[in-house]
Amino acid sequence: MKDIKHVNNPYNDDKVIDACSIFGAMDASGKRFSGDGVIRAIVNMHDRGNGLGGGFAIYGLYPDYADLYALHVMYLSPEGKQETEALLKANFNIIEKEEVPTRQTPMIANPPLVWRYFLEVDHRKPEQESEDDYVVDRVMTINTGLRDSFVFSSGKDMAVFKGVGYPEEIADYFCLEQYEGYLWTAHGRFPTNTPGWWGGAHPFCILDWTVVHNGEISSYGINQRYLGQFGYHCTMQTDTEVVAYAVDLLMRKHNLPIEIVAKILAPPFWSDIERMSPEEQKLMLTLRQVYASLLLNGPFTVIIAHHGEMIGLTDRIRLRPLTVGEKGSMLYLSSEESAIRLICPELDKTWIPVGGEPVVGTLRAPTQPQPVAAGEKV
Amino acid sequence: MKTYLTPKFLVQRDPERCIQCQVCVNQCTFDTHYYDVEDDEVRSHDENCIGCLRCVLFCPTRALTIRQNHLDYRDNYNWRPEVIEDIVKQAETGGVLLTGMGNDKGQRIYWDHLVLNASQVTNPSIDPLREPMELTTYLGRKPDRIELDSESSTLKTELAPQVSLEVPVMFAAMSYGAVSLNVHESLARAATEMGTLWNTGEGGLHSKLYKYGNNTIVQVASGRFGVHAEYLDVARVIEIKIGQGAKPGIGGHLPGEKVSSEVSLTRMIPQGTDALSPAPQHDIYSIEDLAQLIYALKEATNYSKPISVKIAAVHNSAAIASGMVRAGADIIVLDGLRGSTGAAPKIIRDNVGIPIEMALASVDSRLRQEGIRNQASVVVSGGIRNSGDVAKAIALGADAVYIGTAALIALGCHVCQQCHTGKCAWGICTTDLRLTKRVNPDIGARRLTNLLRGWSIELKDILGGLGVNALESLRGNRLHLRGVGLTDTELDILGVRMAGS
Amino acid sequence: MGRWRNSTAKIDAAGIYYRELNAKLRGVVSNGTKKIELHNIHGQRYIGTDLDKPVELEIFGTPGNDLGAFMNGPRIIVHGNAQDGCGNTMDSGEIIIHGHAGDIVGLSARGGKIFVRDDVGYRAGIHMKEYQDKKPVLVIGGTAQDFLGEYMAGGILILLGLNLAEGEHHKSRFIGTGMHGGVIYLRGNVENYQLGKEVGVTDLDEEERHILKQYVDEFAEHFNYQPDEILDQEFLELYPRWLRPYGRLYAY
Repeated sequence: MKDIKHVNNPYNDDKVIDACSIFGAMDASGKRFSGDGVIRAIVNMHDRGNGLGGGFAIYGLYPDYADLYALHVMYLSPEGKQETEALLKANFNIIEKEEVPTRQTPMIANPPLVWRYFLEVDHRKPEQESEDDYVVDRVMTINTGLRDSFVFSSGKDMAVFKGVGYPEEIADYFCLEQYEGYLWTAHGRFPTNTPGWWGGAHPFCILDWTVVHNGEISSYGINQRYLGQFGYHCTMQTDTEVVAYAVDLLMRKHNLPIEIVAKILAPPFWSDIERMSPEEQKLMLTLRQVYASLLLNGPFTVIIAHHGEMIGLTDRIRLRPLTVGEKGSMLYLSSEESAIRLICPELDKTWIPVGGEPVVGTLRAPTQPQPVAAGEKV
Repeated sequence: MKTYLTPKFLVQRDPERCIQCQVCVNQCTFDTHYYDVEDDEVRSHDENCIGCLRCVLFCPTRALTIRQNHLDYRDNYNWRPEVIEDIVKQAETGGVLLTGMGNDKGQRIYWDHLVLNASQVTNPSIDPLREPMELTTYLGRKPDRIELDSESSTLKTELAPQVSLEVPVMFAAMSYGAVSLNVHESLARAATEMGTLWNTGEGGLHSKLYKYGNNTIVQVASGRFGVHAEYLDVARVIEIKIGQGAKPGIGGHLPGEKVSSEVSLTRMIPQGTDALSPAPQHDIYSIEDLAQLIYALKEATNYSKPISVKIAAVHNSAAIASGMVRAGADIIVLDGLRGSTGAAPKIIRDNVGIPIEMALASVDSRLRQEGIRNQASVVVSGGIRNSGDVAKAIALGADAVYIGTAALIALGCHVCQQCHTGKCAWGICTTDLRLTKRVNPDIGARRLTNLLRGWSIELKDILGGLGVNALESLRGNRLHLRGVGLTDTELDILGVRMAGS
Repeated sequence: MGRWRNSTAKIDAAGIYYRELNAKLRGVVSNGTKKIELHNIHGQRYIGTDLDKPVELEIFGTPGNDLGAFMNGPRIIVHGNAQDGCGNTMDSGEIIIHGHAGDIVGLSARGGKIFVRDDVGYRAGIHMKEYQDKKPVLVIGGTAQDFLGEYMAGGILILLGLNLAEGEHHKSRFIGTGMHGGVIYLRGNVENYQLGKEVGVTDLDEEERHILKQYVDEFAEHFNYQPDEILDQEFLELYPRWLRPYGRLYAY
């Protein structure tokens, strides 16, 4: 079995440590917009990164293929591509595939080959397994088993674009000016050690869940051991990966709403719980008792996104910053207010949320997936 | 028969300081000091001294010094003095060597080979004096997930009974009879004040202490002493004792002379009879029998309190622990090789069982591999000496620890290992009413409370340094540990990496 | 870019990196300019640092982190919100923010004054201290998030709560936790549990009222409030109960 951690974590540290700038923008009306502003905003926080990682997640990206799983894969060798494509062919109906368009830029060195596949899950899926679980299993198989291949995006009607470089360089490299979406998140990375591996950049993605993260999670050791009990293996050894899996477990599998999930990841203090109403007290007590090992401790701000929702959350004593801006149907989340103001000077409202209190942007009218037109080019 | 043993200790009395006040005579319970009326002089029988140091600390003029009396045998690594003297004792008596306290041998203490982490630059340490720092721990069975009512978002999941600890350190089982009622009261009051639990041991609960029931773990052991409906009802937790680290696989024997009227009342046996704790529980010969007893106790208390099961840490603890969890134990207690006792055959104490660190690491890992770690809390005991050991135990995966010896030392114990004699000069491990009053419960409770207060501040310091503000972020977080001077195999079992890696 | 008029300089900072901007400010100030307008500020850090003169900087936009860090002398007026670390370890000077400020406003400030019209984030006034004739003052018009005045060792922290509704409490928890010097004057309601264990509560005496009035007057002047209306309502004085709150911490 291949070991991704040796690629992402060549010194075999406990976890890959990085700090960052994060930004998110969402149009709650569902209107798709270009990433021009988001890129300018993340560039404005250039000094929070060090050029060793940048990335974007875009939702509402492939309306023509909206109900197909869009797998985006990095290849380090042609053999890797062969092996992975054979696996995809054996497990899915490949509706469309193509190399992700890129542009040569001087700042981007040694990029991997990046392809995307639009996949339909068909009768080959075991009946008792959900489509999502089937896809997650195959992604884990490729990422932990096949050589020189790494699936870094696996949701529907969305994608992650990321790599080693400043975010603006990554945007340029992947020609992001040609894309539109109703929700964008962005990340500029400041890893302390990694010489740079494309897969290690943010956002992290499993299905349509993406996470961009600023901070270091000091509880990583127990968070990852806990998630291991539920079949999540932290192959990348980053604390951000833990957040993505925790959210997938709690929201998708345990079916908990984000307000509850926030109270698991950043719970109220026992002393706060003591002052709550009996009913609330019981709920919070139970959450802390049952999910104690998922408390994310240490400084963090995350922007978690999936279809129809963008969530900002900080640790419970707010050791990392987050500012919120609202303008009409637009919601902005950012490490710094100046980045929001740069692209939207006249905000209706701007505020700094309290630690541990999630800021949730929800799509007012969920986008309708379009019927698939087989063979249609994106 | 002439004895070939020499005194272990020599008593040195400074004649310039001694005022013949006889405090030492009164304090010594081993008849070491005596007053010679004719000569009007206090003198000593050195051969009786067991090194409890009571006289030294109580001598008003500091006239006394106790020194170890090392007989200069010819150097021999194999035939060391202790080995030779043990043979001599048995040759002279034909008996089993009996001893008190825990294993005093040199098996590796892994706590001393584990070091903790701290935050530097990439994340901030948290100041425990100013910012909230949470040690609260809940013991009890937890489900893998919760369920909410899909419409009202209210909680549908009902948790099994949980017990909260404000500091993850509890007082280990020490039975009334082995220790005095004043010791029990000191433990009970300190546990109550500090928001933790104390454990009755297997000798029942004196009715005077029922009011501390909310902070009391009652034991159900092979002798079933003092076990009755009220005893079970008043407790916060019921613990089934299968074994203890000092003497895995061995029963107990409280001699009739220790069964005073109060002990008799509490243990519910006639005064002056021997109280025998059989080696096994005779209703548990197999794992399904354990389940039967666990559920008998749950039925008896209407599923209102967690049931704990305590075993000695032995070679296959991981598999046993897995079975215990599946049998319905809400808390499992592992008592390691250095666990203490009021009396145990020396050969068992020093040679049976495994170090608690190894047992804990393998049990926690096994329960996680099997996906059942949430279903029971894990408590460890046996040689926990300070808050550093507590933090390391938590990081290896323990929910909480028990302290026995450390608590007794707080009460005055000087670890002279004479618990089995019933003559404890510090008034701890005895039921002799002349001696038990040497522990004043007011002062005893304060000494124990102080100890836990100090440890809890230190634990908060450790957490803050790690950059976390809740104990659950350290629990099972072995990335915060590193090994020093350990082999690859040891590191592998502990699930810990070498320092510097 | 920079235009000179009666010793007032105007700088359009759009797209200018902070090092370049701050170098330019040093140059302009050394030429004897007394007033500088900065337009289109978007996140440039350390504005006001290393100017060391009583110059006035008027900022339009959102200045970046560490505004006025280690500042010694200048007066900064921000038309907008400030981010994190505003007035960090400031020695003297003044910062006036027509908006809100982020986390750790006035961290370890030893002197100078900071006026924030609206709210502040976490740990405002943390470890402010005073020395000889230096005494920092932080006046907050709105409310504060948690750990207000944490480890406070000196200076004056005034929380006005002007944007709280009738009967609404301040929400900050752990106010003055670890406080061992200085004073907090607080307008509006707090519950006991919101206060750090090192904090005592009392009423203001005559002399303290006088000091309070002085700074509320200044605040009101900056942001166009009626000082009497502010002072009408009751204030609490939060003070450190002990100079050495941790005396009993150690065994020996």
